[in-house]
Amino acid sequence: MKGLLVNRWGLFAAAVLLLAGVLKEDYYFSLLNFIGIHTLLVVGLNLLMGYGGQISLGHAAFFGLGAYTSGVLTAAYGVNPWLALVAGLIIAGATAFLLGVPALKLRGYYLAMATLGFGIIVFIVLNEAQPLTGGPSGLAGIPSLSLGPLALNTPRRLYFLIWATVGLVMALSANLVDSRLGRALRALHDSEPAAQSLAVDTFALKLKVFIWSALYASLAGSLYAHTLNFIAPSSFTFMFSIKLVTMVVLGGMASIWGSLLGAAVLTVLPELLTAFHDYEVVIFGAILMAVMIFLPRGLVRGLLDLWEFRNYKRQGGRIPV
Amino acid sequence: MVTLVSLLQYLVSGLTNGAIYALIALGFGIIYNATTIINFAQGEMVALGALCAISFYHLEPSLPLAFLAGTGLVTIIGLAFERAALRPVKDPSPITLIIITVGGAVFLKGVAMLLWGKEAYPLPSFSGNVPLNLGPATILPQNLWVLGLTAALVLGLEAFFRLTLVGKAMRACAYNPRAARLVGIPAARMVQLSFGLSSALGAAAGILIAPLTLGVYDMGTMLGLKGFSAAIMGGLGSLLGGVLGGLVLGVAEALASGFVSSGYRDAVAFLILLLVLFLRPQGILGGRK
Repeated sequence: MKGLLVNRWGLFAAAVLLLAGVLKEDYYFSLLNFIGIHTLLVVGLNLLMGYGGQISLGHAAFFGLGAYTSGVLTAAYGVNPWLALVAGLIIAGATAFLLGVPALKLRGYYLAMATLGFGIIVFIVLNEAQPLTGGPSGLAGIPSLSLGPLALNTPRRLYFLIWATVGLVMALSANLVDSRLGRALRALHDSEPAAQSLAVDTFALKLKVFIWSALYASLAGSLYAHTLNFIAPSSFTFMFSIKLVTMVVLGGMASIWGSLLGAAVLTVLPELLTAFHDYEVVIFGAILMAVMIFLPRGLVRGLLDLWEFRNYKRQGGRIPV
Repeated sequence: MVTLVSLLQYLVSGLTNGAIYALIALGFGIIYNATTIINFAQGEMVALGALCAISFYHLEPSLPLAFLAGTGLVTIIGLAFERAALRPVKDPSPITLIIITVGGAVFLKGVAMLLWGKEAYPLPSFSGNVPLNLGPATILPQNLWVLGLTAALVLGLEAFFRLTLVGKAMRACAYNPRAARLVGIPAARMVQLSFGLSSALGAAAGILIAPLTLGVYDMGTMLGLKGFSAAIMGGLGSLLGGVLGGLVLGVAEALASGFVSSGYRDAVAFLILLLVLFLRPQGILGGRK
């Protein structure tokens, strides 16, 4: 298992470097950068949904908090971008804590509605607090990140930063999931009373994961702001929260690598199909329903399951009940 | 005195919107009672109701016919949604059902956008646009239609649940589905019925509000969420609570947008929702369980 893990991360690094060597055009690097940013968001949301069994329909709000903290602090107040990024993490984490303490006592539909309401409130504030955020027309003039003298102002240079971050965050999450905390999380996912009876402090656990996922989202938001150098509230809508849920579901709940896949597929798909834009909403809705009904374990494991099932039947085995 | 007049005016518009939220909340409550599912696609039935009625009205300019045809078509859509998306689910945990019904909502909204485009369509008022004087304030005939028809629908529904055999059977399923099945109530049929009924209510809400707000493909999302907020405020599963929640929400929103800032109108609605969720999750009227 350990060898396999080393292989996986090695393969990941090799793939990142290989793509950097093979690809020429900036367009592809931008696309990969967006995949990376979405992956950060989806890994965090997946920790919450897939492992913790808690749903958030307002995750775009934390993404927006990170992006706007970075954007406003650097563009309007000239704060160092890295400091602004940390400030974003602090604000998003504190917000997650303040929201999570009352909200995570709620279950199922109530939690879904609380996170959804929170997401909509943040979206409205981003639109209405015009002096601070620039309102619906957005916030321009966000500087690029730089590492020492090296300005990360091209998609190619950002690519290395973003994908190093993705690698780190995925490794961190994989570790988290394999730790005592991760096992407690899965116990919580299966049955909260059972987890409690085994002395798992389920509330503290839920709060921790909620804050983790908000931190990932804020990090993604800061990177997003410095990648585009421009942000507007329309990137942080309810629909975007739904897209993130779709990426989690498609990639497979409780799967770190699935998160990467879900983010990649649903970021590339709109680029591949030019007509996609008109049908985008329909397709996202259809994916959500179809995957949840027919492949509730996600695309990869769902298809693998079907394949195994077919082989099993072909070999004349009886269908396990 | 100006404030008093505007206060009255805000009350009128708040109660009108509130009545619409109440109808949508009723739809949520009926399905929740029969299945403990929250159907996030409920708001889309509102939009589809309005848009279908508008299209029928273009074919045959008769409002009663358009109303009936729109409600009927959306009822069929609701039944089909239950059959196609919810009945095949093997693991009916809340998170699965939330994702599926949210997916259904997004899907239906997308289909509405493909069929009707992004334009907003008018539907004529049910009886003209001559404002009536209500003391110093004015009220449109359509506001009265909304309030009156909502009241009639709520009363009719209450009578249906209390007096008819089918209504009583549905209530029995809400209290205890297993016991209901034991005494021979076809629970699956009741689930279907609840989806049909709540889709019809949603469509009626959409057709009632369309003359005031126009019909647009994406009108349902916000209305649906606010209807759900109303249902939670009143206590999930309590039908009268949902109605009260809707009216309170509508009035609070109108007052906030009138006296504070119209931009934060929707934020106020969701702030109230968060407060209710955090302080009194069983709802203002809810007490059961």
